[in-house]
Amino acid sequence: MTRITVTVDGTSYSDEVEPRMLLVHYLREVVGKTGTVIGCDTSNCGACTVHLDGRSVKSCNVLAVQADGHEVTTIEGLSQNGELHPMQQAFHECHALQCGYCTPGMIMQAIDVLNDNPDPSEEEIRVGLEGNLCRCTGYHNIVRAVQQVAGQGETSGARS
Amino acid sequence: MIPASFDYVAPTSVAEALTALAEAGDDAKVLAGGQSLLPILRMRLNAPEKVVDLGRIEELRGVREDGDHLVIGAMTTYADALASAAVSEHAAVLHAALKEVADPQIRHRGTVGGALVHADPAGDVGAPALALGTEFVITGSGGERTVAASDFFQDLFETAVAEGELLTAIRIPKHTGWGGHYEKFVRVAHQWSIVAVAATVRVDGGTIAEAAIGLTNMGSTPLRATAVEAALVGASASDEAIREACAAAAEGTDPPSDLNGSADYRRALAPVLTRRAVLAAAGG
Ligand SMILES: Cc1cc2nc3c(=O)[nH]c(=O)nc-3n(C[C@H](O)[C@H](O)[C@H](O)COP(=O)(O)OP(=O)(O)OC[C@H]3O[C@@H](n4cnc5c(N)ncnc54)[C@H](O)[C@@H]3O)c2cc1C
Ligand code: FES
Ligand code: FES
Repeated sequence: MTRITVTVDGTSYSDEVEPRMLLVHYLREVVGKTGTVIGCDTSNCGACTVHLDGRSVKSCNVLAVQADGHEVTTIEGLSQNGELHPMQQAFHECHALQCGYCTPGMIMQAIDVLNDNPDPSEEEIRVGLEGNLCRCTGYHNIVRAVQQVAGQGETSGARS
Repeated sequence: MIPASFDYVAPTSVAEALTALAEAGDDAKVLAGGQSLLPILRMRLNAPEKVVDLGRIEELRGVREDGDHLVIGAMTTYADALASAAVSEHAAVLHAALKEVADPQIRHRGTVGGALVHADPAGDVGAPALALGTEFVITGSGGERTVAASDFFQDLFETAVAEGELLTAIRIPKHTGWGGHYEKFVRVAHQWSIVAVAATVRVDGGTIAEAAIGLTNMGSTPLRATAVEAALVGASASDEAIREACAAAAEGTDPPSDLNGSADYRRALAPVLTRRAVLAAAGG
């Protein structure tokens, strides 16, 4: 067992973990952040996307021990004072989800896309989301939601 | 799926990492960005007793200029290499290829060194590294040695990096003023290359003065399209002349046949993609 200290959604956690534990399992099973989900076994789907020190990663493809001393933001850390993050709000308004399974990862990656490039073209949004699969929506409304937030000129990088 | 149990160490210097590797012998595995290794461990295709994580070794990160070379630390992530102005200015074809690797999340974690040591024949970093005449700096208990690109890639998933050794950096001769393009052929988003071509050329007054072409997934290692390179030098940078010079792109290759395409299909793709890559490199 190895002791790790990780800041998750603004709170510091210190735990003994097996080195083989994946970050996604640490977040879900130890910290209780079940908002972050697992959608595949191959690191293809992006459902498990979180931010590690402000950059998006697939938490099924990172060991919890690799996050020791670092900062993680999950979908559960986005809303502030009961108010949805603008990207969450836009997904809601644009009907950018159906079953919702891809949504936690999709929103985290969508925020990363805008942090990287606050004014992306439609093509740049689609390419930026290429590591996130959605089986329901056909992507159009997801792209619209990202465009809506970009149009507001608010990338909220500081909040994630 | 989770990996089998292993012991974990995260040294903070190359010297400590080499000691940890030497102690564990052939039961140790080096962890870089983990974007290939963790899927392998999760599928239990490998079950090392010890994992030596290079993630906390600062000296292995970053891009710097050293005279007429660019030096990229092995643990530099794709994202950091992409953000480097020096890479886009002096190694345009590498910049172009890195943009095509996987997806943003994987580019935030995966490293240039990890990709090169992993040496997947469909990987996108080997061909541009080969085309640029990259030198590989390998460090072991006996010290440091430098291996030429032509000797680095040995076979499928096999490089000159021996057990107990680390790739610590790559040194790229600056290709300042050269155009570069990476033409990657896939059928769906976010796929490994079926075939891809890394082209870098220097155009002087409408004529191709120098050219280097690396091929991805046309054999068990990245390959140079030497016949095309020879035909390009001195040719005019026109559509017609480039098309003619690129016809020989599959010469001397031994592409795989798999679910994505037969060897013949890949041989047919190579000249087409090479022409596109060279045209774009010559135009930029
Ligand atoms: C869904 C998905 C899609 C992908 N798509 C692509 C793609 O389109 N194109 C592409 O090129 N790649 C793709 N990859 C692979 C990705 O590029 C990997 O990041 C890369 O192959 C390995 O780099 P890494 O830093 O993650 O190394 P790791 O996975 O940590 O290590 C890979 C291997 O190299 C060894 N190693 C690593 N660094 C060193 C070192 N410095 N010295 C000695 N040994 C070392 C390790 O022991 C291991 O055997 C994809 C991966 C995933 C999960
Ligand atoms: S669960 Fe991580 S990418 Fe699918
Ligand atoms: S909403 Fe169902 S997978 Fe995206």
